[in-house]
Amino acid sequence: MRDDIDLLPLPLDALHRALGAKMVPFAGYSMPVQYPAGVMAEHLHTRSQAGLFDVSHMGQVLLRGPDAAAAAERLIPVDLVGLAQGRQRYGMLTLPEGGVADDLMAARRGDELYLVVNGAMKQADLALLKHGLPDHEVILLEDRALLALQGPEAEAALAALVPMVATMRFMDVATAPWRGADLWISRSGYTGEDGFEISLPADAAEAFARALLDDDRVLPIGLGARDSLRLEAGMPLYGQDLTPETTPVEADLGWAIQKVRRGGGARAGGFPGAEVILSQLTAGAPRRRVGLVPDGRAPMRAGVALYESETSTTPIGSVTSGGFGPSVGGPISMGYVPAECRQGTTLYGDLRGRRLPVRVTDLPFHTPRYKR
Amino acid sequence: MKYTEEHEWLDNKDGVITVGITGHAATQLGDVVFVELPEVGLEVTKGEEIVVIESVKAASDILAPLDGEITEVNEALADAPGLVNEDPEAAWFFRMTTTTPEEMDGMMDEDAYKDFSGDA
Repeated sequence: MRDDIDLLPLPLDALHRALGAKMVPFAGYSMPVQYPAGVMAEHLHTRSQAGLFDVSHMGQVLLRGPDAAAAAERLIPVDLVGLAQGRQRYGMLTLPEGGVADDLMAARRGDELYLVVNGAMKQADLALLKHGLPDHEVILLEDRALLALQGPEAEAALAALVPMVATMRFMDVATAPWRGADLWISRSGYTGEDGFEISLPADAAEAFARALLDDDRVLPIGLGARDSLRLEAGMPLYGQDLTPETTPVEADLGWAIQKVRRGGGARAGGFPGAEVILSQLTAGAPRRRVGLVPDGRAPMRAGVALYESETSTTPIGSVTSGGFGPSVGGPISMGYVPAECRQGTTLYGDLRGRRLPVRVTDLPFHTPRYKR
Repeated sequence: MKYTEEHEWLDNKDGVITVGITGHAATQLGDVVFVELPEVGLEVTKGEEIVVIESVKAASDILAPLDGEITEVNEALADAPGLVNEDPEAAWFFRMTTTTPEEMDGMMDEDAYKDFSGDA
């Protein structure tokens, strides 16, 4: 049975199927949700050795034109002007009411800015960028695949093919050739592990992926484990934990907005929603994204309403992501609660009509092991 | 052994029916991480959701295969839900008696279930 007629295949579609992946629709593409090893084994393998993820659905965008970094600061509230060559940083596109249109990675590539945005949002992001930066070229790179290699053995496995990566630090970006293909490598990821994201020409992707998979330390990893890995790492998923209705401050992403863009900074504000976001950075936001640990074994997934007590009738927050954390060994969630609910507060999640206790905790659940 | 279209297996021994899920169902679910069992003594109606089973991927239910009463539940699954994936034919969920034993005659046997699930 094929119900993915309207779905676009990714450059590695044939490889995923050859590896026995179960394919599902995601962000308009047919994507591998898991391989025969299964979500649990894939997750644990990434934490202990190295996992290869196909994230070619994500949008790779080049911003070209006069002072591209300065111009992009009109839409992105982070310090891009001060971003050095060969470095990248996390950021987001904001909306006039202070919400988040998408989150992204931004890197300096010569005079250009290279952005990696969420797959489901890339067309909307392009429209937003083109509208906000009419004097600049906004180019969606549709002929490049994107792979992520994550885990404690990622450096050794990638360095076997591209030795220079061993010298990179967390959030460095570099280019390197591999069999004539032009690789754009960043030392970053979405799992809470050390690792790399590798952009490369689509027609070289399968050979490169196979070369990585030939290494015994590397297993292919699907979307299922990608989700549990990022959940343990406390990273928000756009569309669930981060939306047009959540501000960066509420989402606990204030750290991504450098001093120079905050009140009193040399380039304070000047981005959509600056009034709301800058005032929340000083005065605090009414609610915030937190970690949640349910008592017992039952996972509390996205949509579970949170109550102050077993009997109160009005929810005070909700779960936005949740499931089982294989490395944590139990259920974990994240969600939004009133700012006054500090770490250790017990709330009650409504699970199938029953109120079950859940403890507010700091994120992440799994401490990242980056090479700084 | 009898099988339902909901991918349950039923093993009738002297009127006490042991119920689990098939290997096919366990594979489809993925790694099971949580099982919520019904209470012993619960009167159930065919089609009623009586077990919550959560995998790393999603939550789903096991439905009562027959009208009747729950007589025993497999508490071991609450502590070790992974048993469902390790050996689905052994990891029973509950035992029940039924007021409609004749309905089992119409259920699939092993060959019919293999055809049904595409695992033939």
